[in-house]
Amino acid sequence: MTDQTAGFLSVSQIRDEYTSLTRRKRVYGGILLIVFIAVMASGFRIADNRNAGSFFDGWHRILDYPTVVLSEAWEKIAEMPSHLVAFFPALVETINIAAASTLIGTIAGTFLALMSTRGMALWPSLIPLFRRISDICRAIPEIVIALVLIFVLGGGPVPAMIAIAIHTAGALGKLFSEVNENASLKPVEGLHSVGANWSQRMYLGVIPQVGPNYVSYALLRFEINIRASAILGFVGAGGLGYELRNAMSWGQGRYDEAAAIFILLFVTIVVVDQLSGLLRERLTHGSNKGARA
Amino acid sequence: MSTFATDLSVDDLKNEASRLFNRKRLTNFGLPALLLAYLTYVFFAFDVPGLTSRADWENGKTLVSDSYSYKTHVERDNRNAEIAIAIEGERKGTYPEGMTPDWVTLGETTVIDLEDGHVVRFGPETVEYDIPGYGTVRATPTRTAGVQAELPDGEIPEWINLSKNRLAVTTDAGRLTVTRNRSEVFRYFTGWELFWFTLDSPYYGQSFTELAGRAVSGEAGEIFSDFWTNKMWRHQDVAWAIFETILMAFLGTFGAAMVALPLAFLATRNFNPLKSVRFFTRRVFDFVRGVDALIWTVVLARAFGPGPLTGALAILITDTGTFGKIFSEALENVDQKQIEGVQSTGANAPQRYRFGVIPQVTPVLLSQLLYFLESNTRSATVIGAITGGGIGLLLTQAIITQKDWEEVAYYIMLIILMVMLMDWFSGWLRKRLIQGKT
Repeated sequence: MTDQTAGFLSVSQIRDEYTSLTRRKRVYGGILLIVFIAVMASGFRIADNRNAGSFFDGWHRILDYPTVVLSEAWEKIAEMPSHLVAFFPALVETINIAAASTLIGTIAGTFLALMSTRGMALWPSLIPLFRRISDICRAIPEIVIALVLIFVLGGGPVPAMIAIAIHTAGALGKLFSEVNENASLKPVEGLHSVGANWSQRMYLGVIPQVGPNYVSYALLRFEINIRASAILGFVGAGGLGYELRNAMSWGQGRYDEAAAIFILLFVTIVVVDQLSGLLRERLTHGSNKGARA
Repeated sequence: MSTFATDLSVDDLKNEASRLFNRKRLTNFGLPALLLAYLTYVFFAFDVPGLTSRADWENGKTLVSDSYSYKTHVERDNRNAEIAIAIEGERKGTYPEGMTPDWVTLGETTVIDLEDGHVVRFGPETVEYDIPGYGTVRATPTRTAGVQAELPDGEIPEWINLSKNRLAVTTDAGRLTVTRNRSEVFRYFTGWELFWFTLDSPYYGQSFTELAGRAVSGEAGEIFSDFWTNKMWRHQDVAWAIFETILMAFLGTFGAAMVALPLAFLATRNFNPLKSVRFFTRRVFDFVRGVDALIWTVVLARAFGPGPLTGALAILITDTGTFGKIFSEALENVDQKQIEGVQSTGANAPQRYRFGVIPQVTPVLLSQLLYFLESNTRSATVIGAITGGGIGLLLTQAIITQKDWEEVAYYIMLIILMVMLMDWFSGWLRKRLIQGKT
């Protein structure tokens, strides 16, 4: 607006206008900041009031529990290796839940993504339907499906696997369809012209283009799913989480076992994070090199 | 990949090509085979074949049918002939004295009409059930000789369960159970009963137009408070629970961002020349991220007890690690030229950060933040289920009772709507803020 009338204004007027503009901007920014701080502060107040114990009574006790657990574990340090071995099967189960659900979720997510991308969908008129399906799958927290399935199927790894796979399918379906949108449709058209059917067009025309990106997203998801499968174990779906809850509910006397599970879980998460980070790095760099050659 | 040497013969090239093809064919075949092998291993490791025997399909059936239907119990105490009518058999859903649904007629002989010709009569001595196409089942509960049942001639069908002290008849229209002390009829209906008002409310059973009329004439407040304090569906508690869940996600996400931003500067190569501090900060990020929300929740719940604060702090601590990592990566990719430009005008250090660095990283940080806000709404539901706060707690409580499946269905719907709403909201805000800023 100022530009249009600039010719009629003197320099001082322009300067005044500019300073008032910046001042107004600063005031808005300040108000926004104050509102944000007020919301945060009152939010903490409300959360504090509705909590069983208050923050100010409890903050000095944060370290009590870890101290008790660690000191008991330290007293029985000799038994630690045998605990680590004893809980190793549970760790394998946790990893299996995460890996299997990531695989199934990736396959289902690929399907959902292909079905909801224009130019690739088998039934273009159903694109909105498949988009909604992946939206809903993505919105359901794993624990909801897991708890309901545990009631029907009984405790164990299968409910957790199904629950995580459904959420993974939705989450990956969305990410994959974003990748698909950037893929070139020319190979698909070329394959079409030589009479390839839908699955051949997708397998030979689309997947090679998007493969590295898919794998990279799937690896990221695997990291997330390891954590999810530990949490679901806590509500009765097997694996490390289940053992952790048992050891904890036993209370004092089995804290050394709890500590062993903490260690296993921590190490697994860190190792998987690092490994998948490395792999993803290599994937993105490798694909760059391939594109240049 | 490699440039072809011109001195290769045709045969060599052919061999090279077929070798490449073979390798490709092998991976094409080998990868799916590997995948299949792993899934087969998991299939047996998780004992999926044994699952069918362990699974309780009865539970599944009640779960599904209960989630969209409800039953009304009509119960007679055979010792004093008192009749109680209650929805789902719960005290909260009991019909008050003198109020009956229109398919029950109280009297010396209470007549219960189950529709389609099915009629149950609670007589002074004998209970009768007219079943079309079969006949009338009569049962007389006695103190001494158990339940004396009289069935029509012929074989006893499988939907009638008869023993000395108990008669149970299950038909499509309903279910009748007679024992020595009690006669009970269930009638099934579709829908969520008492969702708006409970039976003790004067507004129960009124149509929407009637309610709207009353609301206009000044009863809006009472109507709302009757709905809000509905004991069966607890709308007030549910609203608070959803608010708590969103609050956990909000406090956790933004709190973590506020803690992580200054720490992220310490973890970058270009802003912190001290290698030891950098290394230490990065390990702290890795540590809090690696310990994971589950363990933080467990530890914090010991100090603060269950509730939204515990959940918010668990999210805050875990995400401090995640944000620290993301923010420090963003800060390392900052363009130095802008900072130099600001410096050349004589800016001091805080001004350099304020005008040279922050504007460059804000879009990245904001979009990450808003993305996490949505995903943390889901985490807050999960953490709430473990530590006891928010909608996650209500959900686990409803599942533990193993009979309030209509409430479970309602909560699941609310959770999905809540997450989708947050997803939409964070996407909208991201678009507004980032387009407005750049």
